[in-house]
Amino acid sequence: MKLWSFKGGLPALAEHKNDSSPVAIETAPVPSTLVYPLRQHIGNPAKPLVAVGEHVLRGQKIAEADGFVSAPIHASSSGVISDISEQLFPHPSGLSCQSISIKTDGLDQEVEAHSHADFRQLSILELVNIVHDAGIVGLGGAAFPSYIKIDNHSHDWNIHTLILNGAECEPYISCDNSLLMERAQCVTEGIEILLHMLGAKKAILAIEDHAELTFAHLTKTLSDHNNEAIQVVQIPTIYPTGGEKQLIQTLTGREVPSGKIPANIGIVCINVGTVYAIQQAVVKGKVLTSRVVTVTGDGVSTPKNLEARIGTPISQLIDVCHGYTQQAERLIAGGPMMGFALSSDEIPLIKASNCVLVASKEEVVTHKQAMPCIRCGECASVCPVSLLPQQLYWHSRSDQLDKAASFNLLDCIECGSCDIACPSHIPLVQHFRYAKSMLKAQQHEKQQSDTARIRFEAREARIARDKAERAEKSRKKKAALKSKPVKDDVDTTVAKTTIPSSET
Amino acid sequence: MLWVLIALVPGSVTMIWQFGYGVLFNIIICVSTAIMAEALMLACRGRPIIPTLMDFSALVTGLLLALALPTIAPWWIPFIGAIIAIIITKHLYGGLGYNPFNPAMIAFAVLIVSFPKSMTVWVLPASLIPDGLSIADVVSLVFSPISDNTPLQSLLDGITAATPLDQMKTQLNLNLTVQEVQANHVFGSLAGEGWQWVAIAYFIGGITLLAKRVISWQIPLGVLLGLFACSMLTYLLEPSSAPSPLFHLLSGGAMLGAFFIATDPVTASTTVKGRFIFGLLIGLLTYIIRTWGGYPEGIAFAVILMNMAVPLIDQYTQPRVYGQK
Repeated sequence: MKLWSFKGGLPALAEHKNDSSPVAIETAPVPSTLVYPLRQHIGNPAKPLVAVGEHVLRGQKIAEADGFVSAPIHASSSGVISDISEQLFPHPSGLSCQSISIKTDGLDQEVEAHSHADFRQLSILELVNIVHDAGIVGLGGAAFPSYIKIDNHSHDWNIHTLILNGAECEPYISCDNSLLMERAQCVTEGIEILLHMLGAKKAILAIEDHAELTFAHLTKTLSDHNNEAIQVVQIPTIYPTGGEKQLIQTLTGREVPSGKIPANIGIVCINVGTVYAIQQAVVKGKVLTSRVVTVTGDGVSTPKNLEARIGTPISQLIDVCHGYTQQAERLIAGGPMMGFALSSDEIPLIKASNCVLVASKEEVVTHKQAMPCIRCGECASVCPVSLLPQQLYWHSRSDQLDKAASFNLLDCIECGSCDIACPSHIPLVQHFRYAKSMLKAQQHEKQQSDTARIRFEAREARIARDKAERAEKSRKKKAALKSKPVKDDVDTTVAKTTIPSSET
Repeated sequence: MLWVLIALVPGSVTMIWQFGYGVLFNIIICVSTAIMAEALMLACRGRPIIPTLMDFSALVTGLLLALALPTIAPWWIPFIGAIIAIIITKHLYGGLGYNPFNPAMIAFAVLIVSFPKSMTVWVLPASLIPDGLSIADVVSLVFSPISDNTPLQSLLDGITAATPLDQMKTQLNLNLTVQEVQANHVFGSLAGEGWQWVAIAYFIGGITLLAKRVISWQIPLGVLLGLFACSMLTYLLEPSSAPSPLFHLLSGGAMLGAFFIATDPVTASTTVKGRFIFGLLIGLLTYIIRTWGGYPEGIAFAVILMNMAVPLIDQYTQPRVYGQK
């Protein structure tokens, strides 16, 4: 298959993949407490459906989706709701959010599952609802509610290509790779479900070319499956080839227009872990209560890929990997490139957690003192979306947000390539995240003041209308009075005529 | 920066070999003054001194200025130049990364405007000085005040001459042909005697920087192409009154400017397209100044003028961003 390339990027960044992947996926035990931040997907936080003291089963919905862009959350083991309160959750801000805690009872009882042996018997709408109700979000790290991406029923997208993202371009992360090695059958079935739902003619499963074994395994699985619509493709290992936009460019040579989604150009791109979750939900009736996560880094004794219940505290995952080492320096959610630091290991595993990296001092990327920017342009030459980070940095630092926006700040995918390339060790992406949030706050403020202005104008208009109505009423009253008996009329005329005479 | 220093070695050595110890004194005074001025300014501004000095940027600035100065100069010329470069052009604008103008070139321009007499005294290449020049002579020329009608002045008169670029310009104005001008002994087989080898040494250093990916090709190619295209055009039209492209490329500061001065990332354009345009226009301006301007060499003024144009170039040469029209 013909491949294209995207501009920039960092070659040969696929390091430390073997730290965690040679051993089989291990199932992590159910912890005594599970914690569910209600904000673990893009969009509105879920709304709790349970009260403290209530007994729940595995797979029971404990919080429902709030609106269009949102997702429900399910208990991942049986037990009693012990607490609903603000707790720390994995987020770059380091803030807390409303969370539901479950004290597990060790029985791990499940709700009854509605399995569907043949998904082709179901309508598209039924399938979309299954994905929605299973609480499935993008498991590659973005956590965007998946049902929206595949709801071909409510849109008139003309989807021709389904892309399955198996390119884990960040160093260390290997959870998708081990999933593809061990559960290729399920993933393949998941791809067929998606092809059926989207009406796409072909599916391309992309993996990086360093994963030779996985490629051989998938090729064999697919040839056994005998479905010619599905193709497995090896792509060059260039970070960030696993980014949605870069993967689409690599496989099709097309760009997703700024501000648009891939479906607008007939493409849907889904992470393989998400495909597995969709297959489990449709075929086995299992909602999303666990995921595969890579626990790795020099700071952990035995790096592993774990299948863990969502809500498990990270400290428990570290225990399964035989604890921290002496070098443990920083706890990072996600990979070394795009991940963010966690302040505590009591923070739970959420749907988006694909990796827990316990980094040693040497592994922490930006530990060097930042020096002045000399405009060397290394950042621009590695930027996969052709931005000029050196100019964005200049404008972001001086809070010239309009100027930064005019250099397309909002098109930055925050891949961190520029941070790595910068010879002055400037944490560029940090500056861009800050400027982006400032821009968004500005837009929000503008929106609010616009709303306030509209309200004010509406109020003024209402007052003016009321006034006019009152004037109209009193005019009518007067008119009505005028048409009354003549005597009154005479009286007033007399009164009027007497005034001038009194003045004289 | 370390590679820039290494790449300047062949050019510096050739220049000392061709033009004598005056160049060495320039280098010593410029570099030591630049480093001391940098340390002083860093101390005043409360910045870390040793880590910043270790980026070698002050050293490179000092060396570049030294290599642009006349081959023999009284000590205060390199001294004042280095002060202007580091204190005024660099630190008063905010230090490394914030200076809009190339420090070495601003210093050169200030010196040539302020001290035209001292800045136009160029020692002849060693091969053209019959008795040679002893280190003692150089020391006295650099460190003693020189007044008219003294033995020092006559020593100086005996060993200096206008540069080939200067001679070419003044004598073409006297209606001589290029061939007649080049009959003078200051001209060599390719360009100026001595100068041609220095230019070739800079070229080798520049190619090393390109190979090491310390600089990108757009700026040097732009400068050399701009200069080459202009001189080629006029040379083809009027070979008697326009010196050859080879003469232009191998004379004065063309090679030093193209590979080492215009490529200063802080003051150059930062986009790929922009860098080429930046270089090309430096080449064009250099040719214009050399041919019709008031100075025989135009690299410094061309670089400064184009430094001013950098924000404009950067604004209009932004690459198309992914997903944008």
